[in-house]
Amino acid sequence: MLKQLEELHLEALAKLNRVSELKELESWRIRYLGKKSKLTQILRSLASLPLEERKKVGAQANEVKKALESSFTEKERHLEETTLISFLERQGVDVTLPGRPISIGRLHPTTRILEEICDIFIRMGFQVFEGPDVEWDYYNFEALNIPQWHPARDMFATLWIDADMGKGARLLRTHTSPMQIRLMERKRPPIRAIMPGRVYRYEATDATHESMLYQVEGLAINKNITLADLKGTLFEFCHCFFGQERRIRFRCDYFPFVEPGVEVAIECSACHGAGCRLCSYSGWLEILGAGMVHPDVLKRGNIDPEVYTGFAFGMGVERIAMLRYSIDDIRLFYSNDSRFLEQF
Amino acid sequence: MKVSLKWLKDYVDIKLAPKGLAEKLTMAGMEIKDIQEVGGTWNNVVIGEVIALNPHPNASRLKLPTVNISTQQITVVCGAPNIAVGQKVPFAGVGAKLIDGHTGKLMTLKPARIRGILSEGMVCSEKELGISDNHESIMVLPSEAPIGMPLSDYLGDIIFDLDITPNRPDCLCTIGIAREIAALTGKILHQPEIHYEEMEEPIDSFISVDIIDPGLCPRYCASLIAGIKVASSPNWLQQRLSSYGMRPINNVVDITNYVMLEHGQPLHAFDYHKLKGKQIVVRRSRNDETMATLDGTEHVLSPDTLVIADKERAIAIAGIMGGLDTEVTDETDTILLESANFNQAIIRQGCYSLNLQSEASIRFDKGLSSDLPLLPLKRATQLLQELAGGKAARGVVDAYPGKSEPKGILLSTGEVKRLSGLKLNISRITEVLQSLGFECRYTDIASQISVITPYWRSDVKSSADLVEEVVRIIGYDKVPITRLSSPLPPQEPRLSATRQQSNLKQRLRNILTSCGFQEILTYSLTSLERLQRLSPKLELNVTPLKVANPMSKEQEYLRTTLRAGVLTTLADNQKHEEAGIRLFEIGKIFLPQPLPVIASEAKQSPQDKKRLPQEKEMLCAVLSGPRAELSWHGNEELLNFFDAKGVAERLLKQSGLKATFEASDDEGLLPGKNANIIIGGDKIGVVGDLHPKVAQAFELSTSVCLIEMDVEKLLGKITGLKKYQPIPRFPSITRDIALLVSKQVTYQQVEDIIQSFPLVAKVTLFDLYAATQIPQGKKSFAVRIVYRSPDHTLTTMEVDKVQQQMLNRLYNELGAALRA
Repeated sequence: MLKQLEELHLEALAKLNRVSELKELESWRIRYLGKKSKLTQILRSLASLPLEERKKVGAQANEVKKALESSFTEKERHLEETTLISFLERQGVDVTLPGRPISIGRLHPTTRILEEICDIFIRMGFQVFEGPDVEWDYYNFEALNIPQWHPARDMFATLWIDADMGKGARLLRTHTSPMQIRLMERKRPPIRAIMPGRVYRYEATDATHESMLYQVEGLAINKNITLADLKGTLFEFCHCFFGQERRIRFRCDYFPFVEPGVEVAIECSACHGAGCRLCSYSGWLEILGAGMVHPDVLKRGNIDPEVYTGFAFGMGVERIAMLRYSIDDIRLFYSNDSRFLEQF
Repeated sequence: MKVSLKWLKDYVDIKLAPKGLAEKLTMAGMEIKDIQEVGGTWNNVVIGEVIALNPHPNASRLKLPTVNISTQQITVVCGAPNIAVGQKVPFAGVGAKLIDGHTGKLMTLKPARIRGILSEGMVCSEKELGISDNHESIMVLPSEAPIGMPLSDYLGDIIFDLDITPNRPDCLCTIGIAREIAALTGKILHQPEIHYEEMEEPIDSFISVDIIDPGLCPRYCASLIAGIKVASSPNWLQQRLSSYGMRPINNVVDITNYVMLEHGQPLHAFDYHKLKGKQIVVRRSRNDETMATLDGTEHVLSPDTLVIADKERAIAIAGIMGGLDTEVTDETDTILLESANFNQAIIRQGCYSLNLQSEASIRFDKGLSSDLPLLPLKRATQLLQELAGGKAARGVVDAYPGKSEPKGILLSTGEVKRLSGLKLNISRITEVLQSLGFECRYTDIASQISVITPYWRSDVKSSADLVEEVVRIIGYDKVPITRLSSPLPPQEPRLSATRQQSNLKQRLRNILTSCGFQEILTYSLTSLERLQRLSPKLELNVTPLKVANPMSKEQEYLRTTLRAGVLTTLADNQKHEEAGIRLFEIGKIFLPQPLPVIASEAKQSPQDKKRLPQEKEMLCAVLSGPRAELSWHGNEELLNFFDAKGVAERLLKQSGLKATFEASDDEGLLPGKNANIIIGGDKIGVVGDLHPKVAQAFELSTSVCLIEMDVEKLLGKITGLKKYQPIPRFPSITRDIALLVSKQVTYQQVEDIIQSFPLVAKVTLFDLYAATQIPQGKKSFAVRIVYRSPDHTLTTMEVDKVQQQMLNRLYNELGAALRA
């Protein structure tokens, strides 16, 4: 019996040595350590043996079982490890291969800049309003102190819907300023609003001129609003948008619907004020017109200029986008070439 | 407007360097666009005198002048035909920088041997000096020019190019700008003194003036000078005109122009003897009256135009251009000199209807002061006597029916502070205004003055105008920088409709870009032809609004759809893009509105005869080309109808909406492959493949799918408030079934029946099969149904029961059989 155990042990170990897969290992375990294995049979038969022999064989059999079990555990650990290693080896890829492409959508640069401009003013408490592109002469000109045959009409090359161009004619708005009047007709002070939208010009296109543009109009009306507040608001905007270090110029200019009138320019991005072709050698790039709302304009909006004051401003979105992205041809915006659009 | 620094210095003492001066003027509202330095490159060019002239031994057309430049006498080679002994000429020595007469480029003068004779220097033409384009002859200087003086000291100047805003016609002249400089730099303005001799005979015996409508011509002044001699102007006068970009003509015309450039008042000289009836009448033109203007054009006039007439006919278009009939010629000996004031609007109207502009009209149409004409008239009369001889009739005509008394404007320190934020005392305000020529009077209130506007500042009418004057002279850079301190406007309790709409637009844009769509913005204006191309029959459903004065045929009509612009952009991009293209635009279309019915014709206002178009926000997206970019992962399938529909579904789903899709008959889309997007019974858009004829008309290379939605209608369907639904607590049971139906049955019909049963939580079509194993005329839908109850765990029996009822109904209503 003892000899039988010895042989069994040796045979099992020899078989175990040849096992190379987890599946084989399981058959080995069933064969040598399972319920029907020889070893189990020997252990079960112990009871029928004489006491002396039972002790010897029992001890020996248990020892063989322990030894086989530990060999099994060790083999199992070893096999699991080698399986994992070979699995991992098979999983590897060339990580430099390109990923699966996902098509990218982007906003038009005008939209991006427009949203950025509006966001800055919204943070300053301005509310957003929109108005019609096709306007009455009254809102676009007359109510803004630009009656028919006024010299300032030269500042606005107009696309007309009605050929008579007279009072009551319809036109494509040349600026977003008609919204000043439309808003005053609807709201009472305090007013703090921005009004973005498309504007149109009777203008031959070239690198710096377009027949369609986007503008953002601003309007703030209440008691005690001053030119200094306008300056503060616009400087804050410029700092937010162009950076704290950009120098800003705040100079006198003329628009019939504001008094005093203002033009704001920022230091040229290309030459930093030294003068270059981009800034026509002035060192400055104009970005917006502004001023204190003219008393007559307030009156037309049914707001008493003796009690209230206000400021207004208007800026061209493309011009600001051109400065931000160093775009040198305005026609790129609405020709919508994907090679241009995908850069933003 | 160009202005010469040299000329400015006649009236005001200028110490500032040109750049500093330019900055001051720019800040104060007169933007300097350009500073041009005349003679800046004239190194080594001096004034010389031709003291001898010998022929060139080897060339008959060349000469050998000897030029005395004080330090030495040099003989050079010269080819100009006009050179003569005794002339004062600009002489360039070796090393001078000159413009090459042939190439127009700047070059340095080197010694040269010309047909065997060494020439170390040259006598210059105006072109070589950059003064004009004249290269045929050498420039001849006035005889009093000092020999040996550097030419830049004698002729050099700085020319400023100013952008004068339309409110400042007073600055369209040298004195006007000198006045600004004086105020900005604290200097005094010196105006030229005027006095001249007059003859015995009063002007009334020569001419009478009749103004028909003082509203159109508030003032008409005139003088008469007899016995003049028309000739060329002296050099200095010609140079001044040239430096302002005006061509010298003769002494009479040049003087009128000179005085205009000096004082800003346009003048006109008539040949007195060509006038009929010793009479000037200022009147509107008669219908179809004709006249030839100085530029040689024959005009047919209308009452839109104001004319100057004699007893018989129009002799000038008032404020715009003189007539050919009464032009000053070499034979003219008596001049009637006009200095008048015209209504700004009638001048503009005249320019517009005649399509004619002049140096005079660009001043008159901005509204010159009616107090201006007299002084410039006398100045011109004086210059005429000095430079053209003759004698002035006694006195001047001064018909001034439109005279008005200046009114005082009250201005207080409080008002200055209220508008500008600048705290200034009344004496500082007074000082600034006086420096600009305003008259300030004290009032009963210590902090307030009454201000009389000087006649040349017709633009200043209110206290706000005065505040600008004060602030711009003190400097906009002195305005403090403050934050808005006024209360914020109330926020609207519910977002306004327009606000909601712009929020929705922003959300739609974000969804579409996240779906891989590029946003585009196309012109609101388009061509009729492009709109027609959207219909295979080239028919328009809506007549678009037309622009009366379009820039081009391409931009003549307001778009009534976004499709044309989006498809054009797609076609443009297909030319260079191989990958799939996904584009969208969200923007306005313009739909003409029917006119309201008005009971009585008499009560109509202009607005009643026209209406603004409806401006409707739309969304249009297109997809075309391969679904995925070319890559080693494969998938070269083309984007198709169901990609477009998927995007439409996503747009709606993310807005909390579910639509049904019904076959539509949109004529621009492929029949049978386009569907209306329906929500709650309303059509809010359409999705489909582009009609091949339309694709062809837009020169599109592959099939194109299109989505179009009405943003306003979509907004109307979004209820806004979302309500939380509890997460299901009980497990679901999933069943897959395959249904065999005839080809006419739509999936929607099948799903509607399945969805109508209780316990059905989700239905997903996961396969559509219609091939060999399926009987002819049939198709198979494989559908996964998820059953769930909100209050208990379902049993198999429960589900079996529901599904059996479902299958019965599917069979009875659609003939659908369960596929084995």
